Amino acid sequence: MEELNALFHGFAVALSPLNVLLMFVGILLGVVIGVLPGLGGANGIAILLPLTFTMPPTSAIIMLSCIYWGALFGGAITSVLFNIPGEPWSVATTFDGYPMAQQGRAGEALTAAFTSSFVGALFAVIVFTFLAPLVASFALKFGPPEFFSVYLLTFCSFVGLGKGAPFKIIAAMMIGFALAAVGIDTVTGQLRLTFGWTEMMRGFDFLVAVIGLFGIGEILQSMEEGLAFQGKQAKINSRIVLETWAKLPRYWTSSLRACLIGCAMGIVPGGATPASFMSYGVAKRVSRNGPKFGTGQVEGVVAPETAAHAAGTSALLPMLTLGVPGSPTAAVLLGGLLIWGLQPGPLLFVEKKDFVWGLIASMYLGNLAGLIVVLTCVPLFAAILRVPFSIIAPVIIVICAIGAYTVHNAMLDIWLMLLFGVIGYVFKKLDYPLAPLVLALVLGDRAEDSFRQSMLMSQGDVSIFFSNALVGGITALALVLLFWPLGASLIARLRYG
Amino acid sequence: MTMLKRAARTLAIALAGGLGLSSPGFAWEPTKPVEFIVPAGTGGGADQMARLLQGIVQKNNLMKQPLIVVNKSGGAGAEGFLAIKEAKGDPHKIVITLSNLFTTPLATGVPFNWKDLTPVAMLALDQFVLWVNAETPHQSAKDYIAAVKAAGPNKFKMGGTGSKQEDQIITVALEKATGAKFTYIPFKGGGEVAVQLVGKHIDSSVNNPIEAVAQWRAGKLRPLCVFDHDRMPYKDKITKDQSWNDIPSCKEAGVPVDYVMLRGIFAAPAAPKDAVAYYVDVFRKVRETPEWKKFMSDGAFNTTFMSGPEYVKWVEGAEGTHRTLMKEAGFLAK
Repeated sequence: MEELNALFHGFAVALSPLNVLLMFVGILLGVVIGVLPGLGGANGIAILLPLTFTMPPTSAIIMLSCIYWGALFGGAITSVLFNIPGEPWSVATTFDGYPMAQQGRAGEALTAAFTSSFVGALFAVIVFTFLAPLVASFALKFGPPEFFSVYLLTFCSFVGLGKGAPFKIIAAMMIGFALAAVGIDTVTGQLRLTFGWTEMMRGFDFLVAVIGLFGIGEILQSMEEGLAFQGKQAKINSRIVLETWAKLPRYWTSSLRACLIGCAMGIVPGGATPASFMSYGVAKRVSRNGPKFGTGQVEGVVAPETAAHAAGTSALLPMLTLGVPGSPTAAVLLGGLLIWGLQPGPLLFVEKKDFVWGLIASMYLGNLAGLIVVLTCVPLFAAILRVPFSIIAPVIIVICAIGAYTVHNAMLDIWLMLLFGVIGYVFKKLDYPLAPLVLALVLGDRAEDSFRQSMLMSQGDVSIFFSNALVGGITALALVLLFWPLGASLIARLRYG
Repeated sequence: MTMLKRAARTLAIALAGGLGLSSPGFAWEPTKPVEFIVPAGTGGGADQMARLLQGIVQKNNLMKQPLIVVNKSGGAGAEGFLAIKEAKGDPHKIVITLSNLFTTPLATGVPFNWKDLTPVAMLALDQFVLWVNAETPHQSAKDYIAAVKAAGPNKFKMGGTGSKQEDQIITVALEKATGAKFTYIPFKGGGEVAVQLVGKHIDSSVNNPIEAVAQWRAGKLRPLCVFDHDRMPYKDKITKDQSWNDIPSCKEAGVPVDYVMLRGIFAAPAAPKDAVAYYVDVFRKVRETPEWKKFMSDGAFNTTFMSGPEYVKWVEGAEGTHRTLMKEAGFLAK
């Protein structure tokens, strides 16, 4: 039980008054950063990084990692209330969270989101505490073919999610892939699809598209439907938290599955965004409530939020033990470590015990602090929906515009956001699903990179995706999931036909 | 309230006086925050250095206005360079460079050249080291190249950051110098490359020291040679028995390839002379701080500092080298 001793020592480090203060400051800043779409955790931490030079490294990482936790919590707030994902990993939370808010159950959805975030994080931190070295060696097994198979699995677990015609899903996904291809290509180093226009070489940022498609699109639709938010009648009840907690244990299987998916994706490192999508897709497949997903199911909020937070937390593990960041935010924290004169890598756990265990202890405490902060604010957040549409809509549009601008500090992104808003509106009217487009846009270029890296490695031989048990297993699972609906309908037809 | 105000004013005057005493009068000083453009994403080598500079400047009060780091990574950094090119005569914008200052316009044809910008100073040169997995039998660069040749073309996989950028250019130069032939696999970041090498998904890499040092210390990777004329000067032990200085230069290892990457500062086109002089002075002071010195030795940087005509001449030479190497490799945009 060497870990437990070390952990208690870590708590002693993390519980100094300065560190506790920084923890709460970090959480509050993080929640604000998470709420503002565009200003993601990575940007927020990068901006604050130089301020931390005068602090001891342990205090600095505690504050910065708490910003990260805060951003993970905060991302859910606007997803649920306004259908605007504050962070990429909360896109999947909108699928059921927003319908719940429309039904006047915003408080319930937020409580479920925050609580499952906490559960996911706690699970990941426990894994972190006891299995760090083991888990790090698992991450080393992942080369380009393995990464591609994981992305393939994400796509396949997601196919058939919308209720629309399969053709529409494929069309939406292809548009997403095409948008993801714009900009510089990693493998050849060439600009693609920019048509000689230098403004385009940045590519289409996922966040800009999401803010437009979801946020602006939603506002356009609300305008058409009588200038009112349907969640207006939201009950505001301070007991909502306890009432929701009483219901949550029912979803423990979904929750556990989401924890496992999240941890695996964070460690690999695939990141929080694919984890949340995959978890939602798998829950829809496996759960008894599956067919009702998308209509405001608590389980549909629990699955992606748990996975996102588990992945976000475990993404720090490969950063500390291998020096490879599991998410953009982890990449910035990694830069911070180097600047503070710490060397992430296998020896960090041996040489800098105070730092590592202080950080791990702060993960427990920071997430607890985060949960307390956001839960006490649930009634307040839910009350926002009572503000008349005519007041809140312009505010949302301004926040969306600021968010789109902060992604790259580019004016073009604001115009693109508006354009995506119109596209989002048209998609909804024509009953095209947005989720496959978003998924393809966020994972498209990564999937493409890893596919082409694999092809370079194997000199063009596709069998590389079955070259060992790990990659072969994941690829096979992906294919099974892809053909599942087809197979299921065939079996049904044979049985009843 | 009035007491507080008065106290604040006294403090402000005292601070201003203190600064006035400690720094010589400048012909130009920033009157608003200075935008420090990083033509690369957050978390990479250039970004780390820029944010460290921001922190050092802030901590030691080296500038009256803050440096604000802004990432403009689009189009392999072209976005950042174009942004500063457009800010003609604006003294409140500077940019930190990596090799994409040369490689991006050559490979993509995006219209900019370092001659569009005003050179300020060279901060350091980043080194490249040939790494293999420590479990492989290759003990020297010569052994390794012999093994690559013996296996036949395209059998050994060289991993690197990006495409048609420094890592691939070094790979091509290595192929030219030795006749060995690699399959080059581009990844998004240096840390990722190091981990792929530890996981044996690739056979070698040309990571910067700072990208691979943690894995070296843990006994997972083995450095074979450094791509520079001379060995690195740092003699403190990094692993149990080796220092950076114990790694032979590739030249003495019988693989005559050298390549260093510029970590330099440029200002906007036609930036006022006084502003350039001001920044040179600021960065000179940065070099004297213990934080900067530690960062340099942790990353085993070559700490050559240059400004003025000497710097311009160096950049000219480096551009020529890149053009030749990229032309030979067929990387130039058509």
